[in-house]
Amino acid sequence: MSVRIQDFPGTPLREDDVRSGRVLTVSGAARAEYAWDLGVAMTRYLEELRNGRLVGQRCRHCGRVLFPPRAFCEQCFCPTTEWVALPDTGVIQTFAICHIAWDAQRIDEPKLPAVIAVDGASRNMGLLHLIGGVEPERVAVGQRVRAVWRPPDERQGAITDILYFTPTEA
Amino acid sequence: MRRVAVVGAGMTRFMRRALETPQELSFEASRMALDSCELRLADVDVVCIGTAPDAFDGVHMKGEHLAHGAGGWHRPVMRSYVGGGTGVFAAIQGWYQVASGRADVALVLCEEKMSSARPHPQGAFLTIFDNITERPLLPNLIWIFALEMRRYMETYHIPKELIAQVAVKNKRNALDHPCAQLAAEITVEDVLKSEVLAWPVQRLDVSPTSDGAVALILASEDQATRITDRPVWIDGVGWNVDTAYWTDRDLAYPMYVERAARMAYDMAGIRDPRHELDVVEAYDPFDYKELHHLEGLMICGRGEAPRLTADGVTRRDGDLPVCPSGGLLGVGNPIAAAGLMKVAEIFWQLRGEAGKRQVPGKPRRGLAQAWGDLMQVGTVVVMSV
Repeated sequence: MSVRIQDFPGTPLREDDVRSGRVLTVSGAARAEYAWDLGVAMTRYLEELRNGRLVGQRCRHCGRVLFPPRAFCEQCFCPTTEWVALPDTGVIQTFAICHIAWDAQRIDEPKLPAVIAVDGASRNMGLLHLIGGVEPERVAVGQRVRAVWRPPDERQGAITDILYFTPTEA
Repeated sequence: MRRVAVVGAGMTRFMRRALETPQELSFEASRMALDSCELRLADVDVVCIGTAPDAFDGVHMKGEHLAHGAGGWHRPVMRSYVGGGTGVFAAIQGWYQVASGRADVALVLCEEKMSSARPHPQGAFLTIFDNITERPLLPNLIWIFALEMRRYMETYHIPKELIAQVAVKNKRNALDHPCAQLAAEITVEDVLKSEVLAWPVQRLDVSPTSDGAVALILASEDQATRITDRPVWIDGVGWNVDTAYWTDRDLAYPMYVERAARMAYDMAGIRDPRHELDVVEAYDPFDYKELHHLEGLMICGRGEAPRLTADGVTRRDGDLPVCPSGGLLGVGNPIAAAGLMKVAEIFWQLRGEAGKRQVPGKPRRGLAQAWGDLMQVGTVVVMSV
């Protein structure tokens, strides 16, 4: 009963408590490495990325062009079998100007992650990627973008075969 | 289905870094919850634990590792996790243990110790992204919030000043919470001048990482009326998960929160949440999320929550107080424990026991909501006296 309790338990520590050795800690690392199999749909998707192409899959029941491609339509719950070639262009749905890395450290050059709706896919369907080749202040929601690919001999069959998306009308 | 009541609650302080281990934090919260309703561990039939994936602590099977701190030994124990939605989800797990008749008394315990990860707890979040199509881009958790926040702002033409009001309100409310980690009197200008993490997200838009634990005692109607003369009834529960293809959704609106709310409202017989609820703890890990969720909860129309806030409706002394506890922005965000803190706050508010945080007018019906996974789950409970 919140109002009747004066002292709530818990002992906050300060950085200095640990650094000075007043409080003991035990350190350890849990290193885990994996090699993920790509599955039916993603194998083809990444192979096509290596070829410099985007592909989706059409569901024969609902008619949606699914992107990223998937082996089954989660809405109709049936297998997808029809591959559809898509252009490497789209529209920025939203984007951010990010000044920190994955471990919360500051980075000098901000990154511009964005959700991009891919042309030819069903409404809203798209991917997370980066915007590049443009000053952050010139990027806008609704802007048309196209993929900038790695040179063919540097592609590995990975999402990073696209370096970034860049505005077509900047 | 049997009626289920909350009859007791307990919590630790929320802290950036606690001396206590997960077991010790769990014990303190569980012990306080039992003491608050004068029950003993022997009275507990089942223990429902909510805590994050093992990567957070670096301790494998951390739920089982801390279980004895929640009385979880020689009795049925379960652990559940749906990201940020866990705190409210764990209460729902306890609810159906009792509602089904399988247990008369359930202890629900949520614990999080985020401070152990090095160099920063942020790193532990990297693994939530899709391993094939997203992780190679080296994303961080702030990305998806910044992306969602901008989509929300641009869709409804919401200026940042209106969103920052939520941080001001909740951090101020937390000044009256004895467990609060980041209570403060700040201004909208302070928020707008704070460090930019990933525009439009700035430092003061964000809740902290925290250590802490919260526990609730749930009981069947027979037991509840014997244990206390002021049981708080769980009238409705709802939860819903959207697709993990988050880039295929319109991020402007949390449809899964609406679906979870509809499930809980149907069960509780609520048709007009704006007028039938007296106090709401909407999930606020970021200031814009409180607004996003008020809309998903259908307390106002889409894009209208900023206006509700500007008009003072959601202040502690407003017509519909939202996050009178101080929320995650003010009290802190030990993930699973933060959600259960919201259920505990509604329990205390409806019992008139919230002290300086008490909302005026003897509230009779309240709601707690949480949200999580990869921006895809909504969890809701409706409670009343």
